Amino acid sequence: MTALLADIGYQDNWIEVLGAPFMRNAFLGGILVALAGGMIGYFVVVRGGEFAAHALGHIGFPGATGAVLLGLSPTLGLGVFCVAGALVIGALGHRAREQAVATGTVLAFATGLGILFASLATRNTSTVTNVLFGNLLAVSSDQIVVFVIVAGVIAAVLVVVGRPLTLASVSPEVAAAKGLPVRALGICFLVLMALATTVAVQVVGTLLLFALLVTPPAAALRFSARPVVVCTLGTAFGLVSVVLGLVVSVMFNLPPSFFVVTVSTVIWMVAMVATRERHRSAESPAE
Amino acid sequence: MAPDATGDPSVPSDPAELPQSIAESGPEAAVPAVSLRHASVAFSGRTVWSEGNFDIPAGGLVCIIGPNGSGKTTLVRLLLGMIPPATGTVEVLGAPARRGNPRIGYVPQRFGDAVGEAITGRDLVRLGHTGSRWGLRKDSGVEEEVDAALAAVEAQGFAAKRLATLSGGQQQRIAVAQALVGSPDLLVLDEPLANLDLRNQRDVVDLLVTLRGERQVTMLVVVHDLNPFLAYVSGIVYLLDGHPHYGEVSDVVDAELLTHLYGTSIQVIRTATGDLYTRART
Repeated sequence: MTALLADIGYQDNWIEVLGAPFMRNAFLGGILVALAGGMIGYFVVVRGGEFAAHALGHIGFPGATGAVLLGLSPTLGLGVFCVAGALVIGALGHRAREQAVATGTVLAFATGLGILFASLATRNTSTVTNVLFGNLLAVSSDQIVVFVIVAGVIAAVLVVVGRPLTLASVSPEVAAAKGLPVRALGICFLVLMALATTVAVQVVGTLLLFALLVTPPAAALRFSARPVVVCTLGTAFGLVSVVLGLVVSVMFNLPPSFFVVTVSTVIWMVAMVATRERHRSAESPAE
Repeated sequence: MAPDATGDPSVPSDPAELPQSIAESGPEAAVPAVSLRHASVAFSGRTVWSEGNFDIPAGGLVCIIGPNGSGKTTLVRLLLGMIPPATGTVEVLGAPARRGNPRIGYVPQRFGDAVGEAITGRDLVRLGHTGSRWGLRKDSGVEEEVDAALAAVEAQGFAAKRLATLSGGQQQRIAVAQALVGSPDLLVLDEPLANLDLRNQRDVVDLLVTLRGERQVTMLVVVHDLNPFLAYVSGIVYLLDGHPHYGEVSDVVDAELLTHLYGTSIQVIRTATGDLYTRART
């Protein structure tokens, strides 16, 4: 049994490793990102922001590698590109079909740009891997400060715009008739999502971002349609994903991103199966 | 000022004070629900309709009819203050039309389509009240108002469900409840019968007629088919040849006018039981 576990990379000393100083940053970082993503989770799934979330991660990629090329902080480059990308997507408006093609084209171009910058900045190739796949174990104290600020900004903005944003998301016509700035609220949401993306990329990377920003609230929405419940439950799912993912990754000395995404995916699948009956009966509404 | 009015202390001698004193004295009858003067609307240079000159008296159930593309929804958006008139003036409940007027309740077209899966009926009705509030301020009495609105449309039994799981008629009740919170004086409904089967159409019409009887509210209803409302309607706004007009039912429900309006031959029929309905001649 022990031999078998050792074969698949089981680490006897994993409890010790969990107590190591760098793990503190990993846990803190993961928790903060789960919070940041969870708070906007309801809006991400209700506003159909899934594709935009995915795209923003890719748009951030050349920002991070470009910053390294210029000798700047990758986090800064990531943040600037994500927020700028959010403003562009917001300015394109909600002509959904056009927007999908425009977003897809821009994100492919951005990824290409990121690869170019990365190859020019040969000094630091680990940045590319970290941006694409994330590395919780490499989160620094400086990054933690940024994570705290981002989570704080998202919370503060949501306290102010929460209810108007909810109405603008579920019934834009009524919101507009009530005099709410529907368009500005949409852009405000995209900027919040860009901020969440900036921190989430540093945990799970551009390619796996979906699992932390979209999958948890999508699973939560299966259980409830109440905005506060979806955000709370989605945050809980995100927290379980990062904490459990981190612990298991230490147990087997494998990249945390893989386990974070695995836990998130399992939660989503369980949510889909557990609520299948309820949703099936709901699809044929009672007359 | 007429000499006979000077003896009455309730009538101000200065004519400029007159409109305000009428508004304060309560009875809405004096102030029309909607008043258009030389109003026109245009999109990117193209005039949708022009020369809107009519008053809709307060307290009625008024249908807005016209062929597709004649500008019915545009009229609604104008009254809601979402677009400005290109020319002329538009007054709603005695004041220039403006966006966010709390005295207007609005039921948009295809209400439940967008995100019905992600919101419950009750939460949506509550947003009719709290959705335009910034910050975390707790308003007292919101739940009571939500309960009252849901009771008014008899939606308590299904309000906790997701909107997408409700029938079209139930969704329409939630939509009306959402517009009723805040007790508006004018209710504007854009095609409330669209995509409903005959029974649900009947239910929604009955609901609106009942609400009209219970509350001091003027109802403006954009309709595709006038027939379901024909027995209850007090007046009709019709968009004809690029101009909106308002008329009493007896003037508008006329075979010649309706035929001209829709561009296809329309018959007006009174059944043996006295019911009036219109139909396209085949």
